[in-house]
Amino acid sequence: MILVMVLLTMIVFGLSHATGDPRYMYMSEYSTGSTSAEMWEAQGKRLGLDKPLYIQYGLWLGRSLKGDFGTSLTYNKNSIDVISEGLTGTLQLTSVSFVFAILLGVPLGVLSAVKRATFWDYLGRSFALIGQSAPPFWIAIVCIFVFAVYLGWLPTSRRGDWTHYVLPVITLGWMPASALLRLVRSSTLEVLDSEFVKLAKAKGVSNTTVIWKHAFRNSLIAPLTFTMVLLAGFLTGTVVTETVFAWPGLGRMAVRAALNMDFPLITALAMVFGLMFLFTSFIADVIYGLVDPRIRYDR
Amino acid sequence: MTVKFDINTLQQDSLWARSVLFLRSYPILPVVIVLTLVVCGIFAPLVAPNHPLEGELENRQLPPVWLEGGSSQYLLGTDHIGRGILTRIIFGARISLTISVVVLIGGVALGTIAGLVAGYIGGILDEIVMRLVDFTFAMPFIVVALVASVVWGQSMTLMIILLVLFTWAPFARQVRAETLLLKSSDYVSLARVAGASGPRIAFRHILPGLVNTVMVLSSLQVGNLILTESVLSFLGIGLPPPAPTWGTMVSEGRQYVSTAWWLCFFPGFAIMLVVFSMNFFGDWLRDKLDPRLRQL
Repeated sequence: MILVMVLLTMIVFGLSHATGDPRYMYMSEYSTGSTSAEMWEAQGKRLGLDKPLYIQYGLWLGRSLKGDFGTSLTYNKNSIDVISEGLTGTLQLTSVSFVFAILLGVPLGVLSAVKRATFWDYLGRSFALIGQSAPPFWIAIVCIFVFAVYLGWLPTSRRGDWTHYVLPVITLGWMPASALLRLVRSSTLEVLDSEFVKLAKAKGVSNTTVIWKHAFRNSLIAPLTFTMVLLAGFLTGTVVTETVFAWPGLGRMAVRAALNMDFPLITALAMVFGLMFLFTSFIADVIYGLVDPRIRYDR
Repeated sequence: MTVKFDINTLQQDSLWARSVLFLRSYPILPVVIVLTLVVCGIFAPLVAPNHPLEGELENRQLPPVWLEGGSSQYLLGTDHIGRGILTRIIFGARISLTISVVVLIGGVALGTIAGLVAGYIGGILDEIVMRLVDFTFAMPFIVVALVASVVWGQSMTLMIILLVLFTWAPFARQVRAETLLLKSSDYVSLARVAGASGPRIAFRHILPGLVNTVMVLSSLQVGNLILTESVLSFLGIGLPPPAPTWGTMVSEGRQYVSTAWWLCFFPGFAIMLVVFSMNFFGDWLRDKLDPRLRQL
């Protein structure tokens, strides 16, 4: 975990150096005639470019640990401040979509496992198949066309009251919901087939109790480990969803920063996204250990 | 009470039942869709009715042929500068196909060899490979792709490299696990007793045992790959614009959605159909070859 973090910082640092000599940003090509070699060297010294690479890396790491990723070129503010402004938007959107995905995926998964090979099962499975095959940006645009342009019920973009949430949440939540659905379905089927469920049924326990008390609890283990993959999907999703719906958040910021060549901002964003990712996967591991006592982390 | 027994209906029934069974047990529709894609991709210039890059401005934003004002020259209508949508989708199939094939070969080769080496040799090498796998899984892929496209500019090569980096990890993980299993099996021990060398055991005895897993995993990954590629293109960090990628087509058509929905509907639908078919085919293959992979 820590190793992964170190690797992440090294990659981001490497990328931030791959753009070329940062001195070109301060002294443009037009002024090369007037800038002497000494000025060039002096500037290099000031920026710490004369030191070997690993010392530069150390300095950069120190600065970024303090939250200083350099000044964003488009916003003309410290990148970390720009990011913290966008963070709320992203967190609001992802948390609502996360709840949406769980509320939709888990019950539908159980339903389609319990009522296997009936109308409900086919409904649930086609819902999942579409969600996993349709590109999210396309779902977004089709939704915009149907609900905003054609029917005129919902707004197309930006933040506002709850109606502004509907389309982005569908776009962002559909794919994770369908992944969850499939997983819950297959693990519920597996558990329903197990000995202890058969025993409970044989004892005469009612169907509802068997499903919710015996089967459901045990079928949740596999989906829980899946949270990490789910969150990976969310990250990709936020970038797309925020771009399509002009939602003020980190994803849209990343795309804009990339298109505007705003280097300090995009490296900072890469760092923040990577850390969020690591953090959530760590939490997923911990939850997994808590839920399933058979998993122990002492090797 | 007599039971009517008609040999004809029985035969018809059984034929019907058999064909239903056949359709259910083999993924006919997905295979047909994927084959169409492959044929379109390979013979794009012959199949496509119009030119993919040159449009006719007087024919811009024509609706599909079944709507009022549609022209039979452009079956699915034209885009904002008068290029045939169908033609561009067919040429887009070519790009998607090229990218998926190249990336899959690269990713599978890299992942399988890494997993095989890690599982077979073990020790520090295993540790390194597995940490790299963890890292790849923990990497925010889209953001890395954004950064890379800023640094090196958009190109086909960059896209392929990025997608290979994104694809290899699941293969390495799965292959390593399988290798560990096979390594302790009897026939491998016997091969060692018979004096086979390390590389020979790894490539002649263990590798063939991995084929099923790798096949299943690749068929399950193709859909993902196409989807990711289209997302990158949509965000404007895939191939540079005149190229008719499906993702780019949707993103170009986005601003015309209120007047000409077909601009982004059809390319997106094409992506969905292909990804759907690949996923379906992958599921089927998995159930046939390797049901243990159910959790993937």
